Amino acid sequence: MEYFLQQLINGVTLGSIYGLIAIGYTMVYGIVGMINFAHGDVFMVGAFMALIVYLALVAIGITFVPLALLVVLIVAMALTALYGWTVERIAYRPLRGSFRLAPLISAIGMSIFLQNYVQLAQGARVKPLPPVVPGGHQFGAAEGFVVNISNVQILIVVTTVALMAIFTVIVAKTSLGRAQRACEQDRKMASLLGVDVDRTISLTFVMGAALASVAGLMYLLYYGVVDFYIGFVAGVKAFTAAVLGGIGSLPGAMLGGLLIGLIETFWSAYFSVEYKDVAAFSILAIVLIFLPSGLLGRPEVEKV
Amino acid sequence: MPQTPAADAQASTEASFPAAVRDAAVAALIALGLSAPMMGLVPVQSPQGLVLEQRWAPVAIAVAVVFAGRLLLNLTLWRPGRVKRVGYVPPKLEAKLAGLARFLGPLAIAGAVAMPLLPFTERYAIDLGILVLTYVMLGWGLNIVVGLAGLLDLGYVAFYAVGAYSYALLAQYFGLSFWICLPLAGILAAFWGVILGFPVLRLRGDYLAIVTLAFGEIIRIVLLNWYWVTGGPNGISGIPRPSFFGIDFDRGPDGFAATFGLDYSPLHRILFLYYLILALALLTNFVTIRLRRLPIGRAWEALREDEIACRSLGINTVTTKLTAFAIGASFAGFAGSFFATRQGFISPESFVFMESAMILAIVVLGGMGSQFGVAIAAVVMIGGFELFREFSDYRMITFGLVMVLVMIWRPRGLVSSRSPSVFLKEKKAISGSLVQEGHG
Amino acid sequence: MTEELPALPDDVLLRVEHLTMRFGGLTAVNDVSFDVRRGEITALIGPNGAGKTTVFNCITGFYKPTAGRLPLKSHEGVLLLERLRDHQISRKANVARTFQNIRLFGGMTALENLLVAQHEPLMKASGLTVLGVLGIGGFNRAERQAIEKAKVWLERIGLIDRADDPAADLPYGDQRRLEIARAMCTNPVLLCLDEPAAGLNPRESLELNALLRSIRDDDGAAVLLIEHDMSVVMEISDHVVVLDYGKKISDGSPKAVRDDPKVIAAYLGVEDEEVADVEREVEGAEAAR
Repeated sequence: MEYFLQQLINGVTLGSIYGLIAIGYTMVYGIVGMINFAHGDVFMVGAFMALIVYLALVAIGITFVPLALLVVLIVAMALTALYGWTVERIAYRPLRGSFRLAPLISAIGMSIFLQNYVQLAQGARVKPLPPVVPGGHQFGAAEGFVVNISNVQILIVVTTVALMAIFTVIVAKTSLGRAQRACEQDRKMASLLGVDVDRTISLTFVMGAALASVAGLMYLLYYGVVDFYIGFVAGVKAFTAAVLGGIGSLPGAMLGGLLIGLIETFWSAYFSVEYKDVAAFSILAIVLIFLPSGLLGRPEVEKV
Repeated sequence: MPQTPAADAQASTEASFPAAVRDAAVAALIALGLSAPMMGLVPVQSPQGLVLEQRWAPVAIAVAVVFAGRLLLNLTLWRPGRVKRVGYVPPKLEAKLAGLARFLGPLAIAGAVAMPLLPFTERYAIDLGILVLTYVMLGWGLNIVVGLAGLLDLGYVAFYAVGAYSYALLAQYFGLSFWICLPLAGILAAFWGVILGFPVLRLRGDYLAIVTLAFGEIIRIVLLNWYWVTGGPNGISGIPRPSFFGIDFDRGPDGFAATFGLDYSPLHRILFLYYLILALALLTNFVTIRLRRLPIGRAWEALREDEIACRSLGINTVTTKLTAFAIGASFAGFAGSFFATRQGFISPESFVFMESAMILAIVVLGGMGSQFGVAIAAVVMIGGFELFREFSDYRMITFGLVMVLVMIWRPRGLVSSRSPSVFLKEKKAISGSLVQEGHG
Repeated sequence: MTEELPALPDDVLLRVEHLTMRFGGLTAVNDVSFDVRRGEITALIGPNGAGKTTVFNCITGFYKPTAGRLPLKSHEGVLLLERLRDHQISRKANVARTFQNIRLFGGMTALENLLVAQHEPLMKASGLTVLGVLGIGGFNRAERQAIEKAKVWLERIGLIDRADDPAADLPYGDQRRLEIARAMCTNPVLLCLDEPAAGLNPRESLELNALLRSIRDDDGAAVLLIEHDMSVVMEISDHVVVLDYGKKISDGSPKAVRDDPKVIAAYLGVEDEEVADVEREVEGAEAAR
């Protein structure tokens, strides 16, 4: 029981991180219908940005943790968003309306580029960061079992929920969200009606990258290490989450992230750590085969 | 078909030099934003924990390169008013090129056969030739799946791994020889192709790609963790080297050199391997060319063009797709067992996703469906990759960048036209813009 | 299959029996029954959204009907179409179809398109590919025959000179005829055409009529077509079935259907209650004449 509750908490934390990355996949797939293969690497860039900005703040003497984290959050979001924007501008926009495979290959190329760019610029060694947010809480001592929740875990879940709420409002209520949904439905029609399609798509990438950088910051705080290779596996899992939840659906991405986080944690806890990625990849395959529209997605009807 | 280059729409409408400079300055500013934190501030370990080290020289170089490059492009290629025809080749010229390929093909084969025997060829060149030919073969094998049948497979390297491990394990546990294992490896890979292919055939393009990627990773993780069979990350070593149909390449009295009355030379084995992979690659090519003219090959291409129409014509799309998967996989299996016997050592390290991406890149950059284009792409990419061995740090980053740029330049690859499988009067190359690329 | 197959009268090729198709809560086709007879061109007409294409997709195996039976007399005897998988419809039941938005293999030549349609016999001749790869067996002869057959059809649709051009390069009207020829290359007993005259100019429309008549008379295939163009329907069909809101409202000869007040009402878009009024008006008009 104790073990189970502990794993539940760990799973929810991990799931929040996957969910934040998954939103980037789901929004981009919804609007341009492509898998942004480089998104996992944008997340990795985000984690590095968070680390660098944090160290820079420490270097200039800002050591009050809440303030530092807030500044890190905002600056890392902005810098990573710039990466997201540039990736779209260079690798995807020239290929819009081109053959279906071209953007995918271009995205794989971009992913390889980003990984090696970061490796070259930052070195191949992992970067360990001592805990920034120490401490935690214990529950259940009176009932005879002990479950730990660290402050980092609380921070991750709360931040995720807050950002989720903000972005849901943006997509549901603002004109940007309306433009996004219009482009999802019919890009040509949207542009005829005066929606700036290029700008809307750019902003979608910017939003996705910003959320990925938040996930990067959370990852850094939670695990305390980053390296240039974390993007690939995290990316595939987050994509799995997006598909599981129903691609194109924001709540779906969050739900999918949560489920993938839980499955991975419980699989590692009760079966085997070595095969935890196999669990995630198998779920991806199973979901796509038996439930291709995901949990909250709209089914696709074959037109004859 | 004119392609839109990555030019700013605004930049091309403003005509003046100051505008070009202004645009380049904006680009440089963005480059500064991108590179300043990532390249300029590097966390390094110190006694006080991680501290930032400042490295502004690379940032300055990056910003300068972006400014100069963008300015140059603004003034030349992206000059306002210039007709944008990047990557455009007139259909007539393209048809001529395709016709030329018919003569170049045999010429290239002759060159490949003669290359190791030329007096100035060094051992390094033969080794490189073996590597390139392995990728040519893999490219041709994947071309069946991606180029002909239009099924996007990002986990092709899994079948390469199945072939390699099949040979290594069969040789290790049962002492079977290479020549028995080669067909077995192909059959096992084809079997896995069917097993993995069957559940995913209903999926559309991108989804199929990601599931095949997942399958590829699953196979690699299993190889990595199944210690008692595969040796885990340590891999399998001491894989038997190939024999000349039973005669070993060694110094002994029964060795190849002694049997044929030659002086012993380690080059014999290398030469043998070279001709072996050349033969395997040509077999792949021959079979593919035959298949294209058979109903199954036409059904693959029809499937790529329009799956629903195929079903209405009585084509069983499931078995048709599965055959493509199985045949493509079996060639990867052959190549895999060749790889195992050449290296004498295999480990999961050799079968990472990057390999799949590389093979797919060869197929797409070469031009899907074009045997000639795929061969060229393999030679250029793998050859280029090896030539830049000294700059190994910069190889992968360049590779990624080249993939993006080639896609922007020619989204359909180098040879994009399709040659009909049969004709009444005249064989006309079909422009790539008419050819579909499959949906699943 | 122990269940007894329905006996069809000699002249009936396909019997649509109580066909119903629901998508979620929407009933697209509701208890529709009609016959398609040998040697006839049957037209399926009705306003937009009447369920014509849905009936088509049930017959050609793209949808599984919610209820109803579809017995058909193929070369091999009576079969129930709703039990066959989509690719078996063409193979076993010898039913071929075309599509509303032409589905040719655009990147393949006209000739190749007609060869893909002969996949099944060629596949057998190639020894399921194995013998074909080795170059043994009767594949070459079978392929020559297939090309001959394709040539015959290219002559018939007037495209023999464009045999080596990619299908996507052909003009629209030619593409329509090529799609029909491709369907005919599967040796169908029933040819289903989804709006074959859509987008054709008057001359092409006349050519199409001649082609369809020749298919009926010379090839002995029954034709079932969906059509909006009334002039085409009245001109060539022997039998017309009218659908409206998923139900059959009329069935008979072109003339009988044209004069059916329910049909007129459906096309003019009047409400059900008004049908009686329209009926009276039509009767009155006829009496006056």
